[in-house]
Amino acid sequence: MTLSLNKITKTFGEVKALNNVSLEFTEPMIYGLLGRNGAGKTTLLNIINGRIFPDSGEVLMDGIPVADRDELLSKMHLMGEVNYYDDDLKLKDAIKTVDGFYGEAFIVAEAHRYAKLFELDETKKIGKLSTGYKSIFKCCIALALDVPFVFFDEPVLGLDANHRDLFYKLLIEDYSRKPKVIVLSTHLIEEASPIIEKFVIIKQGRILLEKSAESLAQYASSVTGPKEKVEQAVSGCQILGRSFIGALETAYIVGKLSGTCDGLTVQNIDAQRLFIELTNTDKEASL
Amino acid sequence: MEINNESQIPIFMQVADALRDAIFTGAFGEDTQIPSTTEISIAYRINPATVLKGMNLLVEEQLIAKRRGVGMFVSIGARERIKEMRYSEFSKNYIKPLVLEARKLELTDEQIAALIKKEMKTDDTKSE
Repeated sequence: MTLSLNKITKTFGEVKALNNVSLEFTEPMIYGLLGRNGAGKTTLLNIINGRIFPDSGEVLMDGIPVADRDELLSKMHLMGEVNYYDDDLKLKDAIKTVDGFYGEAFIVAEAHRYAKLFELDETKKIGKLSTGYKSIFKCCIALALDVPFVFFDEPVLGLDANHRDLFYKLLIEDYSRKPKVIVLSTHLIEEASPIIEKFVIIKQGRILLEKSAESLAQYASSVTGPKEKVEQAVSGCQILGRSFIGALETAYIVGKLSGTCDGLTVQNIDAQRLFIELTNTDKEASL
Repeated sequence: MEINNESQIPIFMQVADALRDAIFTGAFGEDTQIPSTTEISIAYRINPATVLKGMNLLVEEQLIAKRRGVGMFVSIGARERIKEMRYSEFSKNYIKPLVLEARKLELTDEQIAALIKKEMKTDDTKSE
């Protein structure tokens, strides 16, 4: 199945949250949706899942517009900041509600198993959960769903290191058993990147970069050494950013250095560093 | 074994290294089944496709082989082959950088030899 976004634009007042975004989620794969605060990630996920409507453009599932079609919307799930459940609802009753909505696609026993692994007390009311446990509960629901498209918007927000680790573990387990499209939107690039197969970087409402993990690793490199030497070596390269410690310079460039690099240290840069260099504002970069 | 995200070595190569090491140390014995892609990806929190890519390197090297419907098994003679592989890389991976650094420090051949001898001695006393 293919989910495609076709020229989506969305404005909130004066702000263009999404600007002509086209994107495709195809074969079973774990996608990483990366962007800074306010880049448009949540808006994008909300539009895909029919929570809000774009000003223009459309979301298509295998070529059919998704908007207002329940049978298509039920093939997707968004785990996000919004709570669908009544605060007075006990967790076990909330699980029943989800079961009623998704039917066969929701595996109740799995939801209970996940809740148990995270040590959630199902007799508790949703409103009584801490922020972290609210996220955990929503993750348990999302992991127990066997639908072709699952979106996680900041799934590990407020989770401690052990719970984050458990979440990633269960996510991989679930994905291995039931391959599907999983889209992870997160700020924790470093810990999520080994799981991600395809990176989508969004900046100010536009898709900045869309690359497989493999090609992303080759996309840029850093060159470190004495300032003059570095500048000489990188002249003619597309420079993403520079940082200095005294006269020691590190330049981040697109691609690899051609020619000699005697006395310079050339390294690959990881997803997190690349993300920072690509999405830094001029002000931040000058610091 | 730990996967190092910041390493210059791609993750799939790190996976391959870890598997080779497990075979070499005998953790994964010859003619026995190795853990599945899923088990390995869960253990290290890495994408199954990445694990598969690492495993395929070992298949190409004929260190492991797929048994239809069962899984991956360590080939007979794999340990010996890994030893040979490591031996042939020993000079490149360890001796060459040592010599390069020694030249930078302007050490004489005798000094290098003496340092190696000394290190071997301390290692011997440690293991006794």
